Amino acid sequence: MAEAVLRAEKLGVAFRIPGGRTKAVDGVTFELRHGETLGLVGESGSGKTLTSLALMRLLESPPAELSADSIVFEGRDLLGLSEAEMADLRGARLSMIFQEPMTSLNPLMTVGRQIDEPLVRHLGLSAAEARARSEALLARVGIPRPSEAAQRYPHQLSGGMRQRVMIAIALACRPSVLVADEPTTALDVTIQAQILDLLRELQDELGTAILLITHDLAVIAETAHRVAVMYAGRIVETGPVAALFATPLHPYTEGLLRSIPRITRIREAELPEIPGMVPAPGQLPAGCAFAPRCAFADAACHAERPTLMPAEGGREVACWKPRHG
Amino acid sequence: MLPYIGRRLLQSVPLLVGVSIIAFALMHLAPGGPLAVYTLNPTITNQDIERIRIVLGLDQPVHVQYFKWALGMFSGNWGNTFFGGRPVLDVILERMPATFLLMGSALSLAILIGCTIGVLGAIRRYSVFDMLATSGAMIALSFPTFWFGLMAIYFFAVKLGWLPSGGMNELGEEGNLLDTLRHLILPVMVLALVITAIWSRYTRSAFLEVMHQDYMRTAKAKGLHARQRLLSHALPNALKPLIALLGIELPALFSGALVTETIFGWPGMGRLFVDALTMKEYPILMGMIMFTALFVIAGNLIADILIAALDPRVRLS
Repeated sequence: MAEAVLRAEKLGVAFRIPGGRTKAVDGVTFELRHGETLGLVGESGSGKTLTSLALMRLLESPPAELSADSIVFEGRDLLGLSEAEMADLRGARLSMIFQEPMTSLNPLMTVGRQIDEPLVRHLGLSAAEARARSEALLARVGIPRPSEAAQRYPHQLSGGMRQRVMIAIALACRPSVLVADEPTTALDVTIQAQILDLLRELQDELGTAILLITHDLAVIAETAHRVAVMYAGRIVETGPVAALFATPLHPYTEGLLRSIPRITRIREAELPEIPGMVPAPGQLPAGCAFAPRCAFADAACHAERPTLMPAEGGREVACWKPRHG
Repeated sequence: MLPYIGRRLLQSVPLLVGVSIIAFALMHLAPGGPLAVYTLNPTITNQDIERIRIVLGLDQPVHVQYFKWALGMFSGNWGNTFFGGRPVLDVILERMPATFLLMGSALSLAILIGCTIGVLGAIRRYSVFDMLATSGAMIALSFPTFWFGLMAIYFFAVKLGWLPSGGMNELGEEGNLLDTLRHLILPVMVLALVITAIWSRYTRSAFLEVMHQDYMRTAKAKGLHARQRLLSHALPNALKPLIALLGIELPALFSGALVTETIFGWPGMGRLFVDALTMKEYPILMGMIMFTALFVIAGNLIADILIAALDPRVRLS
């Protein structure tokens, strides 16, 4: 098994609210291995994006408060780094792409200059060297006529092209970890597939490990090696993609998988859904957070919160009554 | 870029025509009509007034008068003053340097201080400094300019005796730069106060808005230092609304200068306007309105061109 390049131990994000603190992410532990893709999946509000911003130490603090036992990246604990040391890593060893390629690029700057910036900052290239490299990167991410495209402004490019530019920026310095926060959510389905293919190709080429954050199980199935399912700020199940999709252990994972629309099922019946809503942070029940929505919950589930327990095949699940168990 | 400038230039033509109609109408709508200065003077006979009416062309139909006047404005013949009979354009231009010195100094000072306060307030939002700056700006905006002017004269000129209370030079010191600077301090302070308050508020909100944009997070995720994020990403984006503000605030600057010049006896265009108003000097009033309109329209045009130079999206629309 490949060595972990990034390991987060008991990562938490809390917000100060009138009369106390509320934990939006709580005790999240996971590791990302060299060259693999770990999918972090969950509904809106489950804490996926907060987790990713916490890793990059990009949370706005205040109001957010980051806590963790450790976040070890390439052998160094990110929690112990100064802001300047962190800035040296960001965009160089540890990169991120965002959900909205529309607003994530500076509208007043040519895309060429935006790709030049990390090259000049981290690799110390001259302006001319950086531009040559930027054009090569634009070509690599599949943008036609790269020297012309480098002169363009973001509003002159399509959504898919902009996300390609974001990928070029993030991978410019060949980072060992790329955090991709819903990279395809704002794009058309056909463009989605192209972007995911591009990420896979570049991953093979550069050996970059990807933390892929999405609410879309289809994207996970297509791209990730392993999955971590998040619910109400905690990881409820992890495991290799194939096994997890074939035999989900947590009732929440099972519910998610069952609620994917399938063409063959259109006329048969209504799409199964998980009843109820994700509880708001600060209003979590005492026991398992999923218990109020769970068809299998009993007194024990409502009484005590399950922790992640090892299961067969290198899997883990936080459930008192796992399925297929 | 050039077609954009051309289009904007064309758009200012109807604006100028509109202003000129208002300026022209002012003279006819004013109590006593255009010759009020003569008709209210008991030493002038009705025959004299009739003669003046014909000489000035006031016996002709209104639209003919307007076109003749507009043509004159266009060709640089802005008419002569009632008192002294000097060319209006000369009288205005001779007051221009004093006003531009006052407005230019006050505006530069206000932008420099106001922007600095605004940026610091945005970076350290809700800090003690930010709270002080916010309440200070509110106080400055809540009092009328003339009150600040009188207070400044009372403390710095009357009580402390540090600075002169008015005028641009001591008698016989005309052309002495140091003497002019001493006279400049109080009016600039008073005029700059309100503009500083406005600019600090606008800069603060412009930067706050920009700093929470997604591209600022991208800039941080690239590993750029705070200085570079501020200068190459936040600043150009925040500058856009501020440049537009500069154009919009020009008329307010003129009216502020008018009050300040009157209080401090500053021999500029603002005082010329107030004096002309009390003396019913319509040729000067009409000229002043056209002059400020031209200046404000030109200022807004320049602001729009600067914004277009900064933002490629503006050039297209």
